[in-house]
Amino acid sequence: MEEVSALFQGFAVVLTPFNLLLMLIGILLGVIIGVLPGLGGANGVAILLPLTFSMPPTSAIIMLSCIYWGALFGGAITSILFNIPGEPWSVATTFDGYPMAQQGRADEALTAAFTSSFIGALVAVIMITFLAPVVAKFALRFGPAEFFAVQFLTFASFIGMGRTSPFKTIASMCLGFALAGVGLDTVTGQLRMTFGFEQLLTGFSFLVAVIGLFGIGEILASMEGGLAFRGATANLRLNAVLETWKKLPRYWVTSIRSCLVGCWMGITPGGATPASFMSYGLAKRFAKGNRDRFGKGELEGVIAPETAAHAAGTSALLPMLTLGIPGSPTAAVLLGGLMIWGLQPGPLLFVENKDFVWGLIASMYLGNVVGLIIVLTCVPLFAAILRIPFSVIAPVIMVVCAIGAYTVNNSIFDVWMICIFGLVGYVFNKLDYPLPPLVLALVLGNLAESSFRQAMLISQGSVAIFWSNWLVGIIMTLGVLLLLWPLISWIITKLRGPALPEPVAVETPHPHG
Amino acid sequence: MQNLKRKKSLLRAAAGAVSAAALLAASFMPSHAAWEPAKPVTLVVPAGTGGGADQMARFIQGVVAKHNLMSQPLIVINKAGGAGAEGFLDIKSSKGDPHKIVITLSNLFTTPLGTGTPFNWKEMTPVQMLALDQFVLWVNAESPYKTAQEYIAAVKGGTDRQFKMGGTGSKQEDQIITAAMERLTDGKKFTYIPFKGGGDVATQLVGKHIDSSVNNPIEAVAQWRGGALRPLCIFDAKRSTYTEKVTDTTAWSDIPTCKESGADVEYQMLRGIFMPGDVTAEQVAFYNDLFAKLMATPDWKDFMAKGAFNQTTMSGPDYRSWVEKNEKLHQDLMQEAGFLAKTN
Repeated sequence: MEEVSALFQGFAVVLTPFNLLLMLIGILLGVIIGVLPGLGGANGVAILLPLTFSMPPTSAIIMLSCIYWGALFGGAITSILFNIPGEPWSVATTFDGYPMAQQGRADEALTAAFTSSFIGALVAVIMITFLAPVVAKFALRFGPAEFFAVQFLTFASFIGMGRTSPFKTIASMCLGFALAGVGLDTVTGQLRMTFGFEQLLTGFSFLVAVIGLFGIGEILASMEGGLAFRGATANLRLNAVLETWKKLPRYWVTSIRSCLVGCWMGITPGGATPASFMSYGLAKRFAKGNRDRFGKGELEGVIAPETAAHAAGTSALLPMLTLGIPGSPTAAVLLGGLMIWGLQPGPLLFVENKDFVWGLIASMYLGNVVGLIIVLTCVPLFAAILRIPFSVIAPVIMVVCAIGAYTVNNSIFDVWMICIFGLVGYVFNKLDYPLPPLVLALVLGNLAESSFRQAMLISQGSVAIFWSNWLVGIIMTLGVLLLLWPLISWIITKLRGPALPEPVAVETPHPHG
Repeated sequence: MQNLKRKKSLLRAAAGAVSAAALLAASFMPSHAAWEPAKPVTLVVPAGTGGGADQMARFIQGVVAKHNLMSQPLIVINKAGGAGAEGFLDIKSSKGDPHKIVITLSNLFTTPLGTGTPFNWKEMTPVQMLALDQFVLWVNAESPYKTAQEYIAAVKGGTDRQFKMGGTGSKQEDQIITAAMERLTDGKKFTYIPFKGGGDVATQLVGKHIDSSVNNPIEAVAQWRGGALRPLCIFDAKRSTYTEKVTDTTAWSDIPTCKESGADVEYQMLRGIFMPGDVTAEQVAFYNDLFAKLMATPDWKDFMAKGAFNQTTMSGPDYRSWVEKNEKLHQDLMQEAGFLAKTN
């Protein structure tokens, strides 16, 4: 139990009034950063990084990692209240979180999101505490083929279960891939589909797309629907937290599965965004009874992505510390910070800077507890925002969206883009095309493409590389199975005879894809 | 002088000891140091967060704030789109704006040459060379190759494209070095695999998914110290000057140059500062002075040692002619490797 004593030493390092104050400031800043779309955890940490150079490294990392936790918590708030994911990993939270808010259950959704985030993070921290040396080596097994297999699995776990026609899902996804292809191709170094526009050099950033598709699109739809948020009639329930907590234990299987998915994706390092999508897809796939309730305000649909995103976000710090590979953009900025403070992330960090490492791990425990308490006490406050009349809140949301879009690249072009994406989102809703496949393809399309092409370069064009060792083979086979599952289950039903109706066939369209 | 007149009339209107002293100070100040930024200065990084240029930029921001080197804050902004084209185009279109500076990497040359994006360093004002970043040939520590000769002999003896070289980006510095090395391998090519960042490349090499890399020192040093990677040679004319032991037995200065190992390839990357075009000499002088103070800080010296940078610094005409010479060098190297954009 060497780790336990080291951990307690870490707590001793963290528990000074100065460090606790920094922790509190960090969490609050993080929540604000998470709420404002466009700012993002990575930007937030990058902006504040220079402020910390005059502090001792341990205090600095405590504050910065607390900003990171705060941003992870905060991302869920706008997703649930306004259908605007402030971070890529909160996109999946909107699928069920926003319908819940519309039904007047915003407080329930927020409580579930925060609590799940906390559980995900806690499990990941415990894993970091005890398994760090064992697990760290695992990330090294991941080459381009393995990365592609994981990305393929994410797509597969998400595709084979569309509510609408599979052709609409594919059309939406292809549009996402096309948008992801704009900009510089990293493999050949050539510009693609920029049509001579300087603004398109960067490609379409995820945030600009989701702010438009989800945020602006939703406002357009609400305007048509009579200028009212349907959640406005909700009563304020001060005991919402306790009420929701009573329901949560029912979903223990989903929680465990999401923790596993999250930890795995954080270590490998696949990242929080694929983790949240994959976890949502799997929760729906393995749900008991009617899968239709997903996307219409199902509590489980909030728990799954939030648990996984937080577990992944937290365990992403492990490869950063032990190998010097950042598992997320924010971790990459933190990594830069470590070097400036004179610490060298890598295999020797745990040996040479024990105090620092265990102080950081202890701050993960405390930071998450402090974060949870702060955000939970604010749940009624956040939910009350929906009681503000739509005519007041809609312009505010528009302004925040515009600022968020502008912040991404400091470009006014992006503000016009969110308006166009808003119209696209509105049309998609009207024609009942699903938006999530488009967003998923936009987020992961680039990564999947470059991993695939890197793998093809390594294997000199042979796809056998995806079954060249047990690790990549298992992930790839799982992906193929998930992808073909609708076909397989259809065949099974046929073989059993027409007595059993196929549940997928009765799915109905949903107004808020 | 207008300023002085205004101050004189002000003085006549309300004479006071304090303003008189201020006037005295102002009139004695040499005119070329008079310019100072009137608002926050933006430092554009034409690369993503976490990379070498970004790390240096954020470090500069921190040191400037810590030692109070400037009355206005320095703000770092990443404009990485199109292999950095976004950042350089921003500087190009900010003609005459003295509140914007850019830190360069080799994409100053490679991006316009390789992608045909319309910008050139001549549209900007060279201010200061901060340092030159080194490149080192790395292999996995478990591989049998102990020297660059052995590795190159293995490439020569293997089948074409058998050896996989990982690097950052496509048709940029890492691939240019790889192409230069292919001149020594009897027509045997490397399979060059582009990754997003230097950290990714080092990790892929540790995981043995590639056979070698030409990582910058700072990108691979942690893995070297951890015993996972082995440096074979450094792509500089002279050995590194850092003699402090990095691992138990070796210092940066113990790594032979590639030339002494029989692989005559030299390449270094500019870490320098440019301003937009059409700025005044006073404005350039302010930044020269600022960076001179910055480079005198102990923090900067530490940073240089950690990344084993070549501490060559230049400004003025020297810097300009260095950049000119290097643009030609990149043009030749990329021409030879067939990396030039078709539109050029």
